Amino acid sequence: MEIVTDPESKTESMNEEKYELRLYVAGKTSKSVAAISNLNKLCEEHLKGKYVIEVIDLLVQPQLAEGDQIFAIPTLVKKVPEPIRKIIGDLSNEEKVLVGLNIRPAKQ
Amino acid sequence: MEQLKKSLSKTRSGIAGLDEITGGGLPTGRPTLICGAAGCGKTLFSLEFIVKGALEFDEPGVFMAFEEKAEELAINVASLGFDLDRLQRDKKIKVDYVHVERSEIEETGEYDLDGLFIRLGYAIDSIKAKRVVLDTIENLFTGLSNMAILRAELRRLFQWLKEKGVTAIITGEKGEGFLTRQGLEEYVSDCVILLDHRVINQISTRLLRIVKYRGSVHGTNEYPFLIDEQGISVLPITALRLEHPVSSERVSSGVESLDQMLEGRGFFRGSSILVSGTAGTGKTSIAAYFANETSKRKERCLYFAFEESPQQIIRNMRSIGIDLQQHIDNGYLQFNASRPTLNGLEMHLLTIHKMVKRFKPSAIILDPITNLITVGSVSEVKGMLIRLIDFLQAEQVTVMFTALTLNTVVNEQTDEGVSSLVDAWLLVRDIENNGERNRGMYIMKSRGMRHSNQVREFVISDDGVQLVDVYLGPEGVLTGSAREAQQLMEETGVVLRTHAVTRKDKEIERKRNVLQAKIESLKEEFESVTDELNKSYIEEELRKEVMEKNREELIKKRHDGNSNGSGK
Repeated sequence: MEIVTDPESKTESMNEEKYELRLYVAGKTSKSVAAISNLNKLCEEHLKGKYVIEVIDLLVQPQLAEGDQIFAIPTLVKKVPEPIRKIIGDLSNEEKVLVGLNIRPAKQ
Repeated sequence: MEQLKKSLSKTRSGIAGLDEITGGGLPTGRPTLICGAAGCGKTLFSLEFIVKGALEFDEPGVFMAFEEKAEELAINVASLGFDLDRLQRDKKIKVDYVHVERSEIEETGEYDLDGLFIRLGYAIDSIKAKRVVLDTIENLFTGLSNMAILRAELRRLFQWLKEKGVTAIITGEKGEGFLTRQGLEEYVSDCVILLDHRVINQISTRLLRIVKYRGSVHGTNEYPFLIDEQGISVLPITALRLEHPVSSERVSSGVESLDQMLEGRGFFRGSSILVSGTAGTGKTSIAAYFANETSKRKERCLYFAFEESPQQIIRNMRSIGIDLQQHIDNGYLQFNASRPTLNGLEMHLLTIHKMVKRFKPSAIILDPITNLITVGSVSEVKGMLIRLIDFLQAEQVTVMFTALTLNTVVNEQTDEGVSSLVDAWLLVRDIENNGERNRGMYIMKSRGMRHSNQVREFVISDDGVQLVDVYLGPEGVLTGSAREAQQLMEETGVVLRTHAVTRKDKEIERKRNVLQAKIESLKEEFESVTDELNKSYIEEELRKEVMEKNREELIKKRHDGNSNGSGK
């Protein structure tokens, strides 16, 4: 389990909740690699300093798939803040990811 | 041949009856699709496959549920006596609930279902599963919108399952015009089983049909199946072959005069007998006699009453001189009374199956089968009875059905159409004559024996049931008091005739005496005539003799005189 934490997160304002994100992948497939880099880029841009990303490789820890109800790979799970949301796919559509994470309201 | 056998290896499902229809079970190491509408028993079917595998065949199984949570499943099947929690603790079964909720999911970009593969693979490996159920994988389609990916991934999943070598069941909801909503049959092509649930006349019947079974012969009919406290049982409508063992042993019907009509020895053991007739013709009495006789031989008899309660039957039969209660007390007779409408035909059939398996009777009675019509159509009842007869013949159980014919005119086509199935058919009918109603009985058929072709009068009295010869006179068949009157008349005739004979005899005697006397007198007359004749003859002789003598005397005297004269 590799944990990527933004070093500047502590300095951010405290009224905003910290995003706890888990990304489930299976090995180093192109989709997994794309998802990780897309996520990192997106978080740096929009959630700077208030996020924790946990990347879980199910090939290494298959028993973790059941807990978060993972069936598709890659899946990004937002545990905190509520509500729990899942985004599946390689996260290539930035707009959709932001909406999915409730960072940006869905377009009317 | 060996290769062929290998390619067709089957895994026993453990579901009663299914393995008979499929000729051994589901294809080993391949996925089987079970489809049907909601509530037709897909989940239970597949769960039983897993549980039976774990319990009976030592094949652990993974149940991947997309619809119900593990706890819900456990509660749902607890009523069937399956303890899922315990089986899970014992590592025999693994239930994995896959939650797919569209509102929680956002899709962006490329993905695959590796997560599912990994989960399933992990579950299979953790208990070394041989069986897998995916129930209902179509739920993925409601949660995900990228059909292209889904379809590709499903294809890959089924391929992967085959590679894993697990025997899998995939369930699918029935769709419009297709077997399943998402066309799963396209991916799972080895074996497809369709479940159906129909309600006809407020009574539900569950049906199963094997749509396809690649590389194997299978029953193609719709087979009714049941879900009860012991799980699922599928009942093949007909055994595939007619290969029952047959017995030439005879069993008495309990009515001596009826046995007389059947070569004097009664029915064949293990045969089926139909007693049909209009209301109140004594069908139940015949059945009770048969039950009584069976129990008296110390054989078990099972009596299914669909019309009367056991107490009623016992009371009524006591009035014709048979005591069924003693047989119940001795354990040779068992009643099972239920209203036909209590449950569907299949349930009745299953009840009979179960009771027969448990009680092991040598004869059973169904009184009457006509009432079953209220819960099924004629063809369904016929189907049920065919299966029942098949089953009973295989078990060498003699069965007696009673059936009510509704029309007074004897119609060979009624009686639930079973008359062609049964081995012996007794018909009891009313004969109305001279202002009274009497019962007539005849044997319509009795396979394999020379039976009487006569109509007998069927008399039920305090002493019991009896068959009496009817009187055949110039006015036709006479029964009841007409027959008795005729019999009395015949008796009178006999007395009169006897009397007449004696009178004639006496006359002859007298005549003989007279003649005898005449003969005597004639004899005497003859004797006197003879005497008379004799007398005159003797006189003649005597006269002749005397005359001779006299002449001689005269001659002598003359001679003497001559000599004398000369000398003087």
